[in-house]
Amino acid sequence: MWRFIIPIGLFAALAAFLYAGLGRDKETLPSPLIGKPAPLFELPRVDDPSQKISNRAFAGRPYVVNIWGSWCVACRDEHEALMQISRRGEIELIGLNWKDELPLAQRWLQVLGNPYVVSAFDPEGNVGIDWGAYGAPETFLVDARGIIVYKYISPMTIEIWEREFLPRIKQAGAKGE
Amino acid sequence: MKVLFAMAAALLCTQLAFAIDTAPAFADPAQQARYERVIRELRCLVCRSETIADSNALLASDLRRQVREMMTAGKSDQEIFQHMVDRYGDYVLYKPPVAPRTWLLWAAPILLLVGGGAIAAFVIARKSRLPDTDPTDPGLGAS
Repeated sequence: MWRFIIPIGLFAALAAFLYAGLGRDKETLPSPLIGKPAPLFELPRVDDPSQKISNRAFAGRPYVVNIWGSWCVACRDEHEALMQISRRGEIELIGLNWKDELPLAQRWLQVLGNPYVVSAFDPEGNVGIDWGAYGAPETFLVDARGIIVYKYISPMTIEIWEREFLPRIKQAGAKGE
Repeated sequence: MKVLFAMAAALLCTQLAFAIDTAPAFADPAQQARYERVIRELRCLVCRSETIADSNALLASDLRRQVREMMTAGKSDQEIFQHMVDRYGDYVLYKPPVAPRTWLLWAAPILLLVGGGAIAAFVIARKSRLPDTDPTDPGLGAS
């Protein structure tokens, strides 16, 4: 009897482990920054590099940081969704222009439209690294206390926005409350 | 065929010649050795199965630059690793820390060895109790 139960049991355990692994997302790394204060930055503005922009200016209200670059194909994919989200006016989008060249970044916003209240220019990529970025586009939600409450890696869509971001924005202390 | 082999081997060498940082990062050989050891323990988040020493991804080159800058600023290995873990989590380390949630991972080789050994001992003990004859083998069976 045991000579059947033991192998079948072992096989069932292995199958259970493999099955549990099937649905897991192995591409998206969990960010250690969730629940931690958003890293502060002060960088030149993409539209006017003689001016600086810091996310300190947004303290006290929730905001979204979207990491983008003109070299990033997936950012091109999500751009229309960001434009729509920006028009909805539910929250301010801050762009972090990561590892880009200024003329290319400026042209991107002129040609495709600018969904951001402001974009910060991070050519060396150190601020992106502070935010734990490893592949643009990445989108962070920061709440009114300055805590990162959510991170989404992959092109933004309206569906993701409504499912993952909107409920959290309401909790994060929505604009005008 | 030999010529083909030689060409293939030559091609492999050219790949190596494209190696990432051609010039040493530090003039001091001890510092350079330390730098190379540190970047071999950090994972490239873009390529996942490569260290930042081996990867030519842009992010890996930025992380190498940060390691160089932190070393120049006199930071310890521990501070450099902590800097990376704060941003990217334990996953950035090639050697995961020993913690309750990684005990199974670290114990796995021992558990597998003990488990496999127990099964082997069980099977060998049982087989050795069987009569030392093999009816299908005429040589043994006849003796």
